[in-house]
Amino acid sequence: MTAERQGMDKDTMKKNIILEIQNLSVSFQQYGRGFAMTDLDVIRDLNVTVHEGEIVAAVGSSGSGKSLLAHGILGILPYNASLGGRILYEGEELTQKRKEELRGNEIVLVPQSVAFLDPLMKIGPQIRKGKKDPGSRKKLDEIFEGYHLKQEVQDLYPFELSGGMNRRVLVSTAMMGNPRLVIADEPTPGLHMNMVRRVMSHFRELADQGAGVLLITHDLEQALETADRVVVFYAGTTVEDADVKDFGAEETLRHPYSQALWRALPQNGFQFITGTQPYVKDMPKGCPFAPRCERCREDCKGEIPYREIRGGKVRCLHTE
Amino acid sequence: MKSHFMFVGKQLIRMILLLICVSIAAFFLVSVSPVDPLQANVGQAALGSMSQEQIAKLNAYWGVGEPAMSRFLAWASDFFRGDMGISLLYRRPVAEVIAVKFVNSIWLLAAAWMISGIMGFLLGVLAGMKRGTWIDRAVKGYSLMIASTPAFWLALVLLMVFAVWLQILPVGLSVPIGMEAEGVTLADRIRHAILPALTLSITGVSNIALHTREKMIDIMESDYVLFARARGESSWSIFKNHGFRNVVLPAITLQFASISEIFGGSVLVEQIFSYPGLGQAAVTAGIGSDVPLLLGVTVISAAIVFGGNLTANLLYGVVDPRIRRGGAKK
Ligand SMILES: Nc1ncnc2c1ncn2[C@@H]1O[C@H](COP(=O)(O)OP(=O)(O)OP(=O)(O)O)[C@@H](O)[C@H]1O
Ligand SMILES: [Mg+2]
Repeated sequence: MTAERQGMDKDTMKKNIILEIQNLSVSFQQYGRGFAMTDLDVIRDLNVTVHEGEIVAAVGSSGSGKSLLAHGILGILPYNASLGGRILYEGEELTQKRKEELRGNEIVLVPQSVAFLDPLMKIGPQIRKGKKDPGSRKKLDEIFEGYHLKQEVQDLYPFELSGGMNRRVLVSTAMMGNPRLVIADEPTPGLHMNMVRRVMSHFRELADQGAGVLLITHDLEQALETADRVVVFYAGTTVEDADVKDFGAEETLRHPYSQALWRALPQNGFQFITGTQPYVKDMPKGCPFAPRCERCREDCKGEIPYREIRGGKVRCLHTE
Repeated sequence: MKSHFMFVGKQLIRMILLLICVSIAAFFLVSVSPVDPLQANVGQAALGSMSQEQIAKLNAYWGVGEPAMSRFLAWASDFFRGDMGISLLYRRPVAEVIAVKFVNSIWLLAAAWMISGIMGFLLGVLAGMKRGTWIDRAVKGYSLMIASTPAFWLALVLLMVFAVWLQILPVGLSVPIGMEAEGVTLADRIRHAILPALTLSITGVSNIALHTREKMIDIMESDYVLFARARGESSWSIFKNHGFRNVVLPAITLQFASISEIFGGSVLVEQIFSYPGLGQAAVTAGIGSDVPLLLGVTVISAAIVFGGNLTANLLYGVVDPRIRRGGAKK
């Protein structure tokens, strides 16, 4: 499997880019004291690229902006949020209008939680979006078969299902369309290992048919097992874009935070760094990781470019 | 299923307790009223020309001087035997009087209840789905304006416009003046009910519309509607698949709870339009110290209002799968 994937990695270099996110930012307008409006910049300088046939994992801890990225791509951010930077889909600007045309069929979302299911709609009709044609029914029956969901489940309501079953239902919604881009926001917590593998192999199948998959997770191990490339998020910024095989050793990684994540892996001794991700309101100037970084110097408080090193990308001044 | 019976049983017991409390309260309110029943109903002049004996008889008839407690117990024991007593003013059995008034009122109330429910629901849903647009602002503006307008004032305005200026609708009563009961047509009855029903509907709509709008906004901001959007569902599809389903539950509660408001409003509106319904009977009985009639009307009204809430709770169990199936599973 590894050899096969590495073969593919070389191929993706030449393959078309499906999704290209350039310096994305998301900010929320909030009422501060009195009637003064303040902007809360929760995401800045986010860069992600997904090629045809590729699974890209977006890895970051809680609150690093992963779900907002997913919602931004699909155009479902809250009304008080504004989006900056550029999102290109198949080489063209992904405007709100285009998002609305493409979502649900070409671009699909596997949402993060079961709260995204309507509590009062039966599972079957809900996945079929109320459609009753034989084609939709047949397709859903096949998907259910694949995920070991009994056909009777279609007649149940979300509250009658276990957490794991509801997860599989969420994944099934994505398989109903003909996705060219799958955005899966933490699709597997609560699932058994076997089911996780099955879901991941379905993503791989979709990728092999030419789709791009953006797998959002806080679980680096899972990302390394399934993805081709890993993009590391920290406090609303992408700090590194690396090939999965770069995670084989600490030295092949580029950013101090990615290296810290690497050291925290079980096989590398569970060494966690101290401190926490800064909250939006007290974000330091320049590099957000600076307060926890051993390599931090005076110039880290300035502008940090996203630069290419050794075939990957990094937002750090002090790495070669 | 067993728990369902338990639920209904509990509700019925609650209803009986409530009715007992309501009747006690109504009774004592009347008994502490400063209105002297003889002066109010017989008149100062007539009283003056009567002999002591006659006055004593009348006092006994209206129950003056008898302790409130014993009067109440007498009334209650009759009531539980199915006898609501004799109306002092109408000199006919209370049950009969109420039946006549009830038939007059029920069409008025039912029409106002349906119209305000349906219109309020539609306006609220529309405003909530199109939040921030001119439709939303119009619905909100209308509702807030009506909510802050006294019902009697609205009734008077409608009366002025339709009955006095345009003269297309009658000023009051439920049938044309001086007409034999046999000669009254359904059309006559409807024409007389339009203005009171309209008043009640217009005021009823605003409350239901505002509440439905709030619910609809919550639903539109929910994660499941967000996901439906992410799946490319159109506004109509979102309403059909998710909005309606989820808003109809609170709407049921709201609709049945509004019975009490419509009932309360009818007391005032029937008074203004001299419409001889339950509401007017309540006012007449209260002012005229007709204790049996007042208690009869109070108990019946409370029973209807409470019955409405009970129906809402039962319907909820039928409509909401989490209750319907949740109980069955455990
Ligand atoms: N509506 C909002 N208004 C203000 N801030 C928000 C809003 N939604 C999210 N945020 C902030 O944006 C940041 C990123 O949130 P996001 O949900 O994308 O995190 P995440 O990486 O998906 O985390 P998790 O792993 O817990 O799902 C958080 O700090 C959060 O507090
Ligand atoms: Mg998230």
